[in-house]
Amino acid sequence: MRRRQPEQVTAGKVAEFVTHLTRTVVTTGQKSTVPGVQVCLDVAGEDWGKAAEIAAEHTLRWSAAWAEHLSPDFHVVCLLACSDGHCLLRTRLAEGRPELPSQMPSFPAANRPERHIQDMFGIRFTGHPDPRRWTRHQAWSAKEFPLRKDFPLSGSPQLKTPPDCDYPFVPVSGEGIYEIPVGPVHAGIIEPGHFRFQADGEDVLRLEEHLGYVHRGVEKLAEGRDLAGLARLAGRLSGDSTVAHGWAACQAAERALGVEPSPRALALRAILCERERIANHLGDIGAICNDVGFTFALVQCSRLRELWQRNNAAIFGHRLLMDRVVSGGVNCDISPEHLPELFAEINELRVRVEELMPMLLEYPSLQDRLRTTGILSVELAQQLGTLGYVGRASNHQDDLRRDAPYAPYDQLVVNVPAYLEGDVAKRTRVRGDEVLVSLELLEQLLKSLPEGPLQIDCGPFARCCEGLGLVEGWRGETVAYVRLDETGRVMRYFPRDPSWLNWPALERLILGNIVPDFPVCNKSVNGSYAGHDL
Amino acid sequence: MFRIFNRIRSTGRLTEPLPSPDQTVAELGSACQAEIAARFSGSLAIRMVDAGSCNGCELEMHAVNNSYYDIERFGIHFVASPRHADLLLVTGVVSRNMQAALQRTYDATPSPKLVVAMGDCAACGGEFGESYASCGAVANVIPVDAVIPGCPPTPLQLMQGLLELLHDLPGQ
Repeated sequence: MRRRQPEQVTAGKVAEFVTHLTRTVVTTGQKSTVPGVQVCLDVAGEDWGKAAEIAAEHTLRWSAAWAEHLSPDFHVVCLLACSDGHCLLRTRLAEGRPELPSQMPSFPAANRPERHIQDMFGIRFTGHPDPRRWTRHQAWSAKEFPLRKDFPLSGSPQLKTPPDCDYPFVPVSGEGIYEIPVGPVHAGIIEPGHFRFQADGEDVLRLEEHLGYVHRGVEKLAEGRDLAGLARLAGRLSGDSTVAHGWAACQAAERALGVEPSPRALALRAILCERERIANHLGDIGAICNDVGFTFALVQCSRLRELWQRNNAAIFGHRLLMDRVVSGGVNCDISPEHLPELFAEINELRVRVEELMPMLLEYPSLQDRLRTTGILSVELAQQLGTLGYVGRASNHQDDLRRDAPYAPYDQLVVNVPAYLEGDVAKRTRVRGDEVLVSLELLEQLLKSLPEGPLQIDCGPFARCCEGLGLVEGWRGETVAYVRLDETGRVMRYFPRDPSWLNWPALERLILGNIVPDFPVCNKSVNGSYAGHDL
Repeated sequence: MFRIFNRIRSTGRLTEPLPSPDQTVAELGSACQAEIAARFSGSLAIRMVDAGSCNGCELEMHAVNNSYYDIERFGIHFVASPRHADLLLVTGVVSRNMQAALQRTYDATPSPKLVVAMGDCAACGGEFGESYASCGAVANVIPVDAVIPGCPPTPLQLMQGLLELLHDLPGQ
């Protein structure tokens, strides 16, 4: 059995990139205008693609892109991750000529985010090799752009939205090649999405994902909300990541306003976030094993998960920890009499996981199904910028808690498990390792729980401001961009779930596997549909 | 192998009498088992449809199948196709991108059929309401027989909601 990989950070450094960039293209450097990132640079529109090229040369990780309609301009922003912080590139486009060179030739990860911007704002990315629509199905026309300011929240929908039957999937032809359409309504208890397989016998030749079915208009809905409303909405972007998205959105707003919650509130947020990670990893380990018929693991893991969630409800007031993170802090606390119970719970779970994981890792008939299934190579993981457990199983280690620590993780040592194989077995194993790491972090957090108010007032509001939230959720780096107006209302909220970067990996790692192994491969990636569809 | 057997043996049986804030649940359970026996030949088949949920309701739906709740002991189980279903359990606001799929799933379910809207979004639109992207509550798209409020409903609330619906079904 291969050992864990040593610590490794793959992305280049902010300063080197900035020096190279400013030498090559015209930029206006504005240090720290956006709290939450190290550097923010204005780039001319025509250099947008070139800037990405330079970023790729410096092995930066492409993290997110979003746009904003600030009449008479569109602002387009791209977030790049370096080994020592994050860097924002921005550009302005006139409403009359919304065109920008695509960054996809340098970063495949930019593919869908750029198409999302294209559908929502009507900004065209020149040189994009695949300009098909992405988020837009049939609910609005090709001439309407929901995130433009003149588009009303209600839109002008038809009474019955037609099914999206004519999405131009890439055809594959040849003797004996056949297509399998799956979804949007799947056979199990899962979220909706469409998968189009082309297969030769049992072997998958090609898989294309068609997502967007749970597009609920989150970005538009956020406009005009107050901070409490923003936290509620962010907490419902993806139900399994309610803490991660809630924290990221609140962190962005707090950074924008220049306030920081008390050390106690931040420690409690981290406790909630680690509890969320543990619950989801336990559920996934069981579900992955169950997808190859090994129900023993499902029964054991869902037992542990249920007990964990019951304690969530008993101590923090909600089984999934929804609405616990609020702007300015948290709305739950840990009283001293709960501490012994929490420590006992941690010890008990550690014993159970340390017993269970070796059983799973050594059980031949299970490992026979998980090993070498759904391999994502180290190179591909790097190229796609995959995050969280998907990245780590292919030695793409980035973890904000370790690499760009925010309070309270700046006071903690975070071990990041990583492997080289990149198969389903390792994506399962990383989850087990991460549960143990999180238990250790929980212990440290509980042992030195600082004092302070649970929630502080984020006001007064005086000026239009913006901030970026970056939180390591259980799926990986979770981003939130927030711009507030002078009354503290949201002008723009863009949440970037890690699934945006992991979904494309599924299309690649399934190739050459057999069709019946798709469920286990899909579960091992476990992308969020709701978090991605927005 | 022996370690696995040993773990199974020492885990034992977990299924517990429902720890109800409302003491009628256990009674409701057996009463509904009787209803299911009479009306559904002993088994009520549920097809779930996520029409625009955040996945929170789905997580709790998974939970009712764990060893603690084990909803199958009342004769209730989840099936893979609407063609096999007696009841559609719908979660989330109905996103416009899912409207046709939900309608088709409803049409594919043989009559007589029941529809339950699970969670605040499905019940009344919740945090998302009606918009360019969302049709709002499930009742705006297909007829709904019962709603189970909550964000998300706990496994217990989900079971109670289902059991109450069965209990209140009009006589034959």
